[in-house]
Amino acid sequence: MVAVHKSRKDMPLTPLSSPTLGSMGKTGYWRTFRPEVDYSKCTRCTLCWIYCPDAAIERREDDSPKIDYDYCKGCGICANECPVKAITMHREEE
Amino acid sequence: MVTIKELPQEEYLLKGHAACAGCGPSIALRLLFKALGKNVILVVPACCTSIIQGPYPYTSIGVPLQNILFESTAAAASGIVAALQQKKLEGVTVVGWAGDGGTVDIGIQALSGAAERETDFIYICYDNEAYGNTGMQRSGATPYGAWTTTTPTGKRERKKNMPFIMAAHRIPYVATACPSYPIDFVNKLKKAKEIRGTKYIHILAPCPTGWRYTTEKTVELGKLAVQTGLWALYEIEYGKFKLNSPSDRLVDKAKRKPVKEYLALQGRFRNLTEEDIAKIQKWVDEDWERYRKLASNYLL
Amino acid sequence: MAKVIIDTANHIAGYGAKAARVQVVPAYPITPQTTIVEKIAEFVEKGEMDAEYIRVESEHSAMVACIGAAAAGVRAFTATSAHGLALMHEALHWASGSRLPIVMAVVNRAMGPGWNIWPDFSDSLSQRDTGWIQFYCADNQEVFDTIIQAYKLCENEEVFLPAMVCLEGFILSHTYMPVKIPDQREIDDFLPPYNSGWILDVDRPYSHANLVSPDFYMEFRYMIQEAMESAKQLIPRIDKEYGERFGFEYGGLIEKYQCEDADLVLVTMGTMGSEAKITVDNLRRDGLKVGSARVRVYRPFPREEIQKLAEQVQMIATIDRHISFGMEGFLATEIQASLYNRGDLPLVAGFIAGLGGRDVTFKTIEKIAKKSLKWMREGGVEKITEWVDLKE
Repeated sequence: MVAVHKSRKDMPLTPLSSPTLGSMGKTGYWRTFRPEVDYSKCTRCTLCWIYCPDAAIERREDDSPKIDYDYCKGCGICANECPVKAITMHREEE
Repeated sequence: MVTIKELPQEEYLLKGHAACAGCGPSIALRLLFKALGKNVILVVPACCTSIIQGPYPYTSIGVPLQNILFESTAAAASGIVAALQQKKLEGVTVVGWAGDGGTVDIGIQALSGAAERETDFIYICYDNEAYGNTGMQRSGATPYGAWTTTTPTGKRERKKNMPFIMAAHRIPYVATACPSYPIDFVNKLKKAKEIRGTKYIHILAPCPTGWRYTTEKTVELGKLAVQTGLWALYEIEYGKFKLNSPSDRLVDKAKRKPVKEYLALQGRFRNLTEEDIAKIQKWVDEDWERYRKLASNYLL
Repeated sequence: MAKVIIDTANHIAGYGAKAARVQVVPAYPITPQTTIVEKIAEFVEKGEMDAEYIRVESEHSAMVACIGAAAAGVRAFTATSAHGLALMHEALHWASGSRLPIVMAVVNRAMGPGWNIWPDFSDSLSQRDTGWIQFYCADNQEVFDTIIQAYKLCENEEVFLPAMVCLEGFILSHTYMPVKIPDQREIDDFLPPYNSGWILDVDRPYSHANLVSPDFYMEFRYMIQEAMESAKQLIPRIDKEYGERFGFEYGGLIEKYQCEDADLVLVTMGTMGSEAKITVDNLRRDGLKVGSARVRVYRPFPREEIQKLAEQVQMIATIDRHISFGMEGFLATEIQASLYNRGDLPLVAGFIAGLGGRDVTFKTIEKIAKKSLKWMREGGVEKITEWVDLKE
């Protein structure tokens, strides 16, 4: 995380925190298993998008999923819920 | 009635937040914003969401959020609602967003007071059935038999029926929900937003960390909770009880899956005996007898 | 038009909230505070006061609702006593840490057990370290004036802290006195609309008070301390400006009486300060050089004023309507702490008096003064802490 507020003068009078992508950093580092999408199977149902706890799946123009690996924590809900098994989980390399 | 595809793509729970992988409450929080948009003031007591926001000077929440004392969600909301009324500021929805400990235990007094005063706000309890943020201690919402760090051999008492307690306040709207059924939850939020007075929504929010299951099963477990009838989706609108889909198709016991299917997937229920499971099944069946009566025009 | 009314300090506190154009009042009853929130309910229901009145279910919720209201951008007021204040304790920290300019009347009452509804300062002094400014009043007029002054102070951008306006139960709360209520337009001119350092705003979303790590926590605490120091500078100025406009002035942080040539100064708070003045007059008639210094603002503590006072006198006697168990009265402690390391110090003796509503009259204070003068002549105090009128 970027170091902020080196000086007291930059701080607000009380803890007022700004909406920021990655408040906990790039949470993709937490991941053990990586979801991979087989777009030939995907039916564009968007279930994976709505069920992602991390908002790490975006919808492409055709409503197929775009996984943001910077933030995906690898929980596997998307793969578990995909009705056509278009998403599969693969162990991250060391 | 919206469809999933019609839900807005804007996110007000931002990527890179601090929730555990597979967090059920986080799914519900995303859905909350999809239903209510950005003109929301969120009031959050000590709970998992205190952490999910991430640390100062950052936050993962894109709407104004007041963190407040554990027992005080509804009291803070009361002050905010009064201020908005005083300023004649319309179009802003005040939402209390609290865990089960902060709702059914330490926060029940303030919530009961705010409801009795007909405070115009939505209160949501996201229930992961234990004090999650402190590492899973028993709460009044922990179900019978569940392991927690303070019930290492399983809880001996039953879960508090908080939605019915809120219904007893004669508030205009009480509902249950589960993030596994996103459209149901979104519709309930949209309905609640249009009603004046206190609206209470109780969400069963599966928690892999506390319930001891692998992270990918969060949505699946929510569905099983509903399909077994352990968690029923319903609304109590101006005292009138109504089961919602798919719970409305489960009145007949034969349509419900055995509770064992839900319990067996979770490490927290590992110590249950067959006797315990039979007892839980019996209680669920009794609950449904009550739902059946209530749904056939009995006013609560 | 200014008008003079004769009423109790509690009702006068209600008039103060109304004159300050308070917008949200979360209210919960407790003796001897109750008639404040009853008066405000009357004002609101009669349409004489444009405020939201929230009948909360506890004092804890009263304070939290004040926090919510102030955070959402309006002027908030509440009132409590004793156990109600104690129940608010964690919310007091939350209010000051949130830097919200809430003003609360505290009608001082002893803490139980057993149930005791009579005055002492153990309730508010137990909240010493919560980051609230604390004013202590000596009469009904001062209650009104201090509520107006408190908002003016708390909403100053150098301060942005909450304040308690303390008044003793029954001695003031239920006692009728004439009070001058200034013209509303003049009050509005003195006290502009609500001003705060931040606001819950959907167009500028912030999360307030989320997790603060050790990297930043100390700085936020330091800023509260800085705000207290600013308050110490501003209080005398605001008091003076108020006095120029409305005719009542209270000496800023300390109200001094006959201190210029005094050998002994009696340091008190609240109504004991009024009684001490009578004692001073009586003793002066006997040729004894005694003065009175009433600490009007306890937080921020008027350390520098105490130091100045100490340079002029041979002895200070503190009268605490409070006891910090295991030590002494807070005034005794803080005055000694203010003087240490300065050399050529006066003697300091601490007296504990008036707990749980036991009367402290000018005669009680006279006994204290005479004992102090004796110790002063002898060049040493016999007892560091003396309990006054204690049964053997």
